[in-house]
Amino acid sequence: MWLYEKKLQYPVRVSQCNPRLAKFLIEQYGGADGELAAALRYLNQRYSIPDKVVGLLTDIGTEEFAHLEMIATMVYKLTKDATPEQLKEAGLAPHYANHDKALFYHNAAGNPWTAEYIQAKGDPIADLYEDIAAEEKARATYQWIINLSDDPDLNDGLKFLREREIIHSQRFREAVEILKEEQGKKKFF
Amino acid sequence: MYSLVKYYHPYISPFDPCPPMKVKSYRTPPNLYIGFQPPSLPQFSPREALAHGTLWPIFYSPYPGKGKEEMTRE
Ligand SMILES: [Fe+2]
Repeated sequence: MWLYEKKLQYPVRVSQCNPRLAKFLIEQYGGADGELAAALRYLNQRYSIPDKVVGLLTDIGTEEFAHLEMIATMVYKLTKDATPEQLKEAGLAPHYANHDKALFYHNAAGNPWTAEYIQAKGDPIADLYEDIAAEEKARATYQWIINLSDDPDLNDGLKFLREREIIHSQRFREAVEILKEEQGKKKFF
Repeated sequence: MYSLVKYYHPYISPFDPCPPMKVKSYRTPPNLYIGFQPPSLPQFSPREALAHGTLWPIFYSPYPGKGKEEMTRE
Protein backbone atom coordinates (compact mmCIF):
# COMPACT_ATOMS: atom_id res chain seq x y z
CA MET A 1 0.00 0.00 0.00
CA TRP A 2 1.00 3.61 -0.23
CA LEU A 3 0.78 6.64 2.00
CA TYR A 4 0.04 9.91 0.25
CA GLU A 5 1.59 13.23 1.17
CA LYS A 6 -0.27 16.14 -0.31
CA LYS A 7 2.73 18.03 -1.60
CA LEU A 8 5.11 17.80 -4.51
CA GLN A 9 8.52 16.12 -4.20
CA TYR A 10 10.13 19.32 -5.47
CA PRO A 11 8.42 22.69 -5.99
CA VAL A 12 7.09 23.39 -9.47
CA ARG A 13 7.24 27.00 -10.62
CA VAL A 14 6.20 28.11 -14.06
CA SER A 15 6.86 31.79 -14.65
CA GLN A 16 6.08 32.29 -18.32
CA CYS A 17 2.72 31.84 -20.01
CA ASN A 18 3.89 29.51 -22.75
CA PRO A 19 1.32 26.74 -23.38
CA ARG A 20 3.52 25.46 -26.19
CA LEU A 21 5.83 23.94 -23.56
CA ALA A 22 2.95 21.75 -22.34
CA LYS A 23 2.99 19.99 -25.70
CA PHE A 24 6.62 19.00 -25.15
CA LEU A 25 6.28 18.21 -21.45
CA ILE A 26 3.51 15.72 -22.10
CA GLU A 27 6.22 13.46 -23.53
CA GLN A 28 7.36 12.81 -19.96
CA TYR A 29 3.75 12.24 -18.87
CA GLY A 30 2.50 9.64 -21.34
CA GLY A 31 5.54 8.94 -23.53
CA ALA A 32 7.59 5.77 -23.86
CA ASP A 33 10.31 6.97 -21.47
CA GLY A 34 8.01 9.06 -19.33
CA GLU A 35 7.21 8.88 -15.66
CA LEU A 36 4.06 6.77 -16.01
CA ALA A 37 5.93 4.15 -18.01
CA ALA A 38 8.76 4.20 -15.46
CA ALA A 39 6.49 3.77 -12.43
CA LEU A 40 4.48 0.96 -13.99
CA ARG A 41 7.58 -0.79 -15.32
CA TYR A 42 9.37 -0.94 -11.97
CA LEU A 43 6.40 -1.66 -9.75
CA ASN A 44 5.41 -4.55 -12.01
CA GLN A 45 8.88 -6.09 -12.31
CA ARG A 46 9.18 -6.34 -8.53
CA TYR A 47 7.32 -9.62 -8.20
CA SER A 48 9.64 -11.84 -10.17
CA ILE A 49 13.01 -10.39 -9.24
CA PRO A 50 15.32 -11.63 -6.45
CA ASP A 51 14.27 -10.40 -3.02
CA LYS A 52 17.44 -8.34 -2.57
CA VAL A 53 16.38 -5.79 -5.19
CA VAL A 54 12.60 -5.76 -4.71
CA GLY A 55 12.79 -2.83 -2.28
CA LEU A 56 14.77 -0.75 -4.77
CA LEU A 57 12.13 -1.24 -7.46
CA THR A 58 9.41 -0.33 -4.97
CA ASP A 59 11.20 2.85 -3.92
CA ILE A 60 12.09 4.06 -7.40
CA GLY A 61 8.69 3.09 -8.82
CA THR A 62 7.05 5.10 -6.08
CA GLU A 63 9.29 8.10 -6.70
CA GLU A 64 8.35 7.99 -10.40
CA PHE A 65 4.74 8.64 -9.42
CA ALA A 66 5.94 11.70 -7.51
CA HIS A 67 7.67 12.83 -10.70
CA LEU A 68 4.49 12.17 -12.68
CA GLU A 69 2.69 14.57 -10.36
CA MET A 70 5.30 17.25 -10.97
CA ILE A 71 4.94 16.92 -14.74
CA ALA A 72 1.16 16.99 -14.41
CA THR A 73 1.41 20.16 -12.36
CA MET A 74 3.63 21.82 -14.98
CA VAL A 75 1.28 20.88 -17.83
CA TYR A 76 -1.77 21.99 -15.89
CA LYS A 77 -0.25 25.35 -14.96
CA LEU A 78 0.68 25.98 -18.59
CA THR A 79 -2.75 25.16 -20.00
CA LYS A 80 -5.38 25.92 -17.38
CA ASP A 81 -5.79 29.59 -18.31
CA ALA A 82 -5.29 29.28 -22.05
CA THR A 83 -8.08 30.13 -24.46
CA PRO A 84 -8.93 27.72 -27.27
CA GLU A 85 -7.24 30.20 -29.58
CA GLN A 86 -4.03 30.10 -27.52
CA LEU A 87 -4.14 26.31 -27.39
CA LYS A 88 -4.47 26.27 -31.17
CA GLU A 89 -1.42 28.51 -31.49
CA ALA A 90 0.47 26.17 -29.16
CA GLY A 91 -0.29 23.19 -31.39
CA LEU A 92 -2.68 21.79 -28.79
CA ALA A 93 -5.91 22.01 -30.81
CA PRO A 94 -6.05 18.24 -31.38
CA HIS A 95 -5.66 17.72 -27.64
CA TYR A 96 -8.33 20.30 -26.92
CA ALA A 97 -10.75 18.71 -29.37
CA ASN A 98 -10.48 15.40 -27.55
CA HIS A 99 -9.85 16.36 -23.94
CA ASP A 100 -10.58 20.05 -23.35
CA LYS A 101 -7.93 20.92 -20.75
CA ALA A 102 -7.85 17.51 -19.13
CA LEU A 103 -4.49 15.85 -18.99
CA PHE A 104 -4.12 12.62 -20.87
CA TYR A 105 -1.47 9.93 -21.14
CA HIS A 106 -0.08 10.50 -24.60
CA ASN A 107 3.28 11.57 -25.93
CA ALA A 108 4.31 14.85 -27.55
CA ALA A 109 3.14 13.53 -30.92
CA GLY A 110 -0.29 12.59 -29.52
CA ASN A 111 0.13 8.81 -29.43
CA PRO A 112 -1.68 7.34 -26.42
CA TRP A 113 0.33 5.55 -23.77
CA THR A 114 0.63 1.81 -24.35
CA ALA A 115 1.94 -1.05 -22.25
CA GLU A 116 4.16 -1.92 -25.20
CA TYR A 117 6.43 0.87 -23.97
CA ILE A 118 7.46 -1.28 -21.01
CA GLN A 119 8.70 -4.79 -20.53
CA ALA A 120 8.93 -7.46 -17.86
CA LYS A 121 11.10 -10.21 -19.20
CA GLY A 122 11.34 -12.24 -15.99
CA ASP A 123 15.12 -12.46 -16.41
CA PRO A 124 16.54 -10.22 -13.66
CA ILE A 125 19.55 -9.08 -15.66
CA ALA A 126 17.46 -8.28 -18.75
CA ASP A 127 14.90 -6.39 -16.66
CA LEU A 128 17.49 -4.29 -14.83
CA TYR A 129 19.29 -3.44 -18.07
CA GLU A 130 15.94 -2.31 -19.48
CA ASP A 131 15.53 -0.13 -16.40
CA ILE A 132 18.99 1.40 -16.80
CA ALA A 133 18.26 2.14 -20.47
CA ALA A 134 14.90 3.67 -19.51
CA GLU A 135 16.58 6.02 -17.02
CA GLU A 136 19.15 7.15 -19.57
CA LYS A 137 16.39 7.75 -22.12
CA ALA A 138 14.39 9.76 -19.57
CA ARG A 139 17.51 11.82 -18.76
CA ALA A 140 17.96 12.52 -22.48
CA THR A 141 14.30 13.50 -22.85
CA TYR A 142 14.64 16.02 -20.01
CA GLN A 143 17.70 17.45 -21.74
CA TRP A 144 15.79 17.95 -24.99
CA ILE A 145 12.83 19.54 -23.19
CA ILE A 146 15.16 21.88 -21.26
CA ASN A 147 16.69 22.85 -24.63
CA LEU A 148 13.23 23.71 -25.93
CA SER A 149 12.25 25.73 -22.85
CA ASP A 150 13.46 29.20 -21.94
CA ASP A 151 11.53 29.41 -18.68
CA PRO A 152 14.19 29.37 -15.92
CA ASP A 153 11.74 28.40 -13.17
CA LEU A 154 10.29 25.53 -15.16
CA ASN A 155 13.79 24.43 -16.09
CA ASP A 156 14.73 24.36 -12.42
CA GLY A 157 12.15 21.64 -11.84
CA LEU A 158 13.20 19.81 -15.00
CA LYS A 159 16.84 19.86 -13.92
CA PHE A 160 15.85 18.30 -10.61
CA LEU A 161 13.99 15.55 -12.47
CA ARG A 162 16.94 15.00 -14.82
CA GLU A 163 19.27 14.56 -11.86
CA ARG A 164 16.94 11.98 -10.30
CA GLU A 165 17.18 9.89 -13.49
CA ILE A 166 20.97 9.84 -13.06
CA ILE A 167 20.61 8.58 -9.49
CA HIS A 168 18.05 5.96 -10.49
CA SER A 169 20.35 4.68 -13.21
CA GLN A 170 23.18 4.46 -10.67
CA ARG A 171 20.99 2.46 -8.26
CA PHE A 172 19.89 0.04 -10.98
CA ARG A 173 23.53 -0.46 -11.94
CA GLU A 174 24.27 -1.23 -8.28
CA ALA A 175 21.38 -3.72 -8.32
CA VAL A 176 23.04 -5.52 -11.23
CA GLU A 177 26.25 -5.68 -9.19
CA ILE A 178 24.31 -7.17 -6.27
CA LEU A 179 22.84 -9.84 -8.55
CA LYS A 180 26.29 -10.58 -9.97
CA GLU A 181 27.74 -11.30 -6.54
CA GLU A 182 28.76 -14.85 -5.91
CA GLN A 183 26.88 -15.26 -2.63
CA GLY A 184 24.12 -17.24 -4.27
CA LYS A 185 26.52 -19.73 -5.78
CA LYS A 186 25.83 -23.42 -5.26
CA LYS A 187 25.38 -23.20 -1.53
CA PHE A 188 21.81 -24.50 -1.63
CA PHE A 189 22.52 -27.64 -3.60
CA MET B 1 35.81 -17.70 -11.63
CA TYR B 2 32.22 -16.48 -11.53
CA SER B 3 29.19 -18.75 -11.65
CA LEU B 4 26.80 -18.57 -14.58
CA VAL B 5 23.74 -19.33 -12.45
CA LYS B 6 22.74 -17.74 -9.16
CA TYR B 7 20.23 -19.11 -6.71
CA TYR B 8 18.03 -17.38 -4.17
CA HIS B 9 15.32 -18.22 -1.68
CA PRO B 10 12.24 -16.16 -2.44
CA TYR B 11 9.89 -15.22 0.35
CA ILE B 12 7.40 -17.99 1.08
CA SER B 13 4.12 -17.20 2.79
CA PRO B 14 2.54 -19.75 5.15
CA PHE B 15 -0.65 -19.13 3.16
CA ASP B 16 0.64 -19.77 -0.37
CA PRO B 17 -1.87 -21.87 -2.30
CA CYS B 18 0.66 -24.04 -4.16
CA PRO B 19 3.61 -26.06 -2.85
CA PRO B 20 6.48 -23.54 -2.80
CA MET B 21 9.49 -23.57 -5.05
CA LYS B 22 12.01 -22.92 -2.33
CA VAL B 23 14.91 -22.05 -4.59
CA LYS B 24 14.81 -19.96 -7.74
CA SER B 25 17.60 -19.23 -10.14
CA TYR B 26 18.68 -16.68 -12.68
CA ARG B 27 21.45 -16.55 -15.25
CA THR B 28 24.47 -14.27 -15.04
CA PRO B 29 26.15 -14.72 -18.44
CA PRO B 30 29.92 -14.29 -18.70
CA ASN B 31 29.78 -11.01 -20.62
CA LEU B 32 28.61 -9.36 -17.38
CA TYR B 33 32.04 -9.94 -15.88
CA ILE B 34 34.55 -9.43 -18.67
CA GLY B 35 34.40 -5.73 -19.48
CA PHE B 36 36.54 -5.02 -22.54
CA GLN B 37 37.71 -8.33 -23.93
CA PRO B 38 41.40 -8.88 -23.06
CA PRO B 39 43.76 -9.74 -25.93
CA SER B 40 45.24 -13.17 -26.59
CA LEU B 41 42.53 -15.24 -24.92
CA PRO B 42 42.54 -19.02 -25.30
CA GLN B 43 40.47 -20.14 -28.28
CA PHE B 44 38.35 -23.13 -29.25
CA SER B 45 39.34 -25.08 -32.31
CA PRO B 46 37.43 -23.83 -35.38
CA ARG B 47 35.07 -26.83 -35.25
CA GLU B 48 34.36 -26.37 -31.52
CA ALA B 49 33.95 -22.63 -32.00
CA LEU B 50 31.28 -23.21 -34.63
CA ALA B 51 29.42 -25.56 -32.32
CA HIS B 52 29.66 -23.20 -29.34
CA GLY B 53 28.82 -19.98 -31.13
CA THR B 54 31.99 -18.26 -29.96
CA LEU B 55 35.71 -18.53 -30.53
CA TRP B 56 36.51 -17.90 -26.85
CA PRO B 57 35.76 -20.31 -24.00
CA ILE B 58 35.35 -17.49 -21.44
CA PHE B 59 32.26 -16.28 -23.30
CA TYR B 60 30.69 -19.68 -23.64
CA SER B 61 27.51 -19.90 -21.57
CA PRO B 62 25.80 -23.28 -21.73
CA TYR B 63 22.05 -23.23 -21.20
CA PRO B 64 20.68 -26.67 -20.38
CA GLY B 65 17.10 -25.46 -20.05
CA LYS B 66 14.89 -24.98 -17.04
CA GLY B 67 13.80 -28.07 -15.18
CA LYS B 68 16.99 -29.86 -16.22
CA GLU B 69 19.31 -28.61 -13.52
CA GLU B 70 17.20 -26.32 -11.38
CA MET B 71 13.69 -25.06 -10.57
CA THR B 72 13.04 -28.12 -8.50
CA ARG B 73 10.71 -27.77 -5.54
CA GLU B 74 13.31 -28.70 -2.95
FE1 LIG C 1 13.54 7.61 -12.96
